[in-house]
Amino acid sequence: MIPALGLLVGLAVGLFLHPAVPLALQPYLPIAVIAALDAVFGGVRAVLDGIFNDKVFVVSFLSNVVVAAFIVFLGDQLGVGSQLSTGVVVVLGIRIFSNVASIRRHLFRA
Amino acid sequence: MSRSDPPPRVPATEDSFGWQRLALMARPRATKANALAALLAILLGFAVATQVRQNQVLGLGSLRQVELVTILDNATLLSARLDQNARELQATRDELISGSSSGAAALTVAQERLDTLRILAGTTSAHGPGIRMTINDPQAKVTAPLLLDAIEELRDAGAEAIQVGDVRVVASSYFDQAGSEVEIDGTKVTEPYVISAIGNAQTLSSAMEIPGGLSENVRLKLGASITITQATDLTVGALHTLSEPRYARPIPSPAPAAIP
Repeated sequence: MIPALGLLVGLAVGLFLHPAVPLALQPYLPIAVIAALDAVFGGVRAVLDGIFNDKVFVVSFLSNVVVAAFIVFLGDQLGVGSQLSTGVVVVLGIRIFSNVASIRRHLFRA
Repeated sequence: MSRSDPPPRVPATEDSFGWQRLALMARPRATKANALAALLAILLGFAVATQVRQNQVLGLGSLRQVELVTILDNATLLSARLDQNARELQATRDELISGSSSGAAALTVAQERLDTLRILAGTTSAHGPGIRMTINDPQAKVTAPLLLDAIEELRDAGAEAIQVGDVRVVASSYFDQAGSEVEIDGTKVTEPYVISAIGNAQTLSSAMEIPGGLSENVRLKLGASITITQATDLTVGALHTLSEPRYARPIPSPAPAAIP
């Protein structure tokens, strides 16, 4: 409940302050957001599976974000940044879909 | 797992098991991990909102170098293609403009030629400077050869349109002596003979008055009288009727400057 409220608070703050993203972070922010979403859905799934662990969630959240950003950074350095970020988005998207499918099965039995 | 084949219903307790777990976990707990998770959630929401806004605000600024280069390439290609297009269309337009102006020029030339030929052929009235010559011949001594001589003299002096009495004199005109009278192209012309000629009035009248010329002949040899008046605007109104040539056929000229 508290993290869900936190999400809403964060959204509201972002909408009202509309901060500018630093130029250096611009390529990484969307990927980081996708990675974080993957971690969130993974966490919900773990709750439903009964194997949720606070520490694992926090660590996986942070590592997901950092690794995703790092992959994009590496891609930019190698000159394949756009292709690599597409790849990361595809992989994370597949993970999100499978997590959501698992959650759905738990909650709706369908 | 296919949706058309739903798993068998499980007891209600197990059905709500997932929700119970979720509710249990959602309960506010004052643990360090929960606070951390909330912090992360705030960060995530903030990042999402920021990114969405950024995406809406920024156009080219958020793109990578490679993408920018691609866009630039596309724009350059498109511009080159449009340039090419514009050049072609311009060339076509220039062609059309010059074509229509040269068409108009050709039409003007053709019209001028037509006017010239119609005056020569005697199918149109003409006006301009010239002389009017009247021969009074009460003794009927003027003959067709003399009139023909007069016409030839006028032509030599540059007369462009000539009329004797009511008859237009053209290239094919013939003079005939019928008794004491003169016929031109089968039409009788009677005394006094009035000859109108368009040309340089000064030149024409000098040619007529030249010593040993027409005037002297008429006065001295025939005893007839002749008066010559110069006019600045004389009208040759008699028309010659063209007859279709029976034998002569035109050879098409290579230049299609049309004469209608």
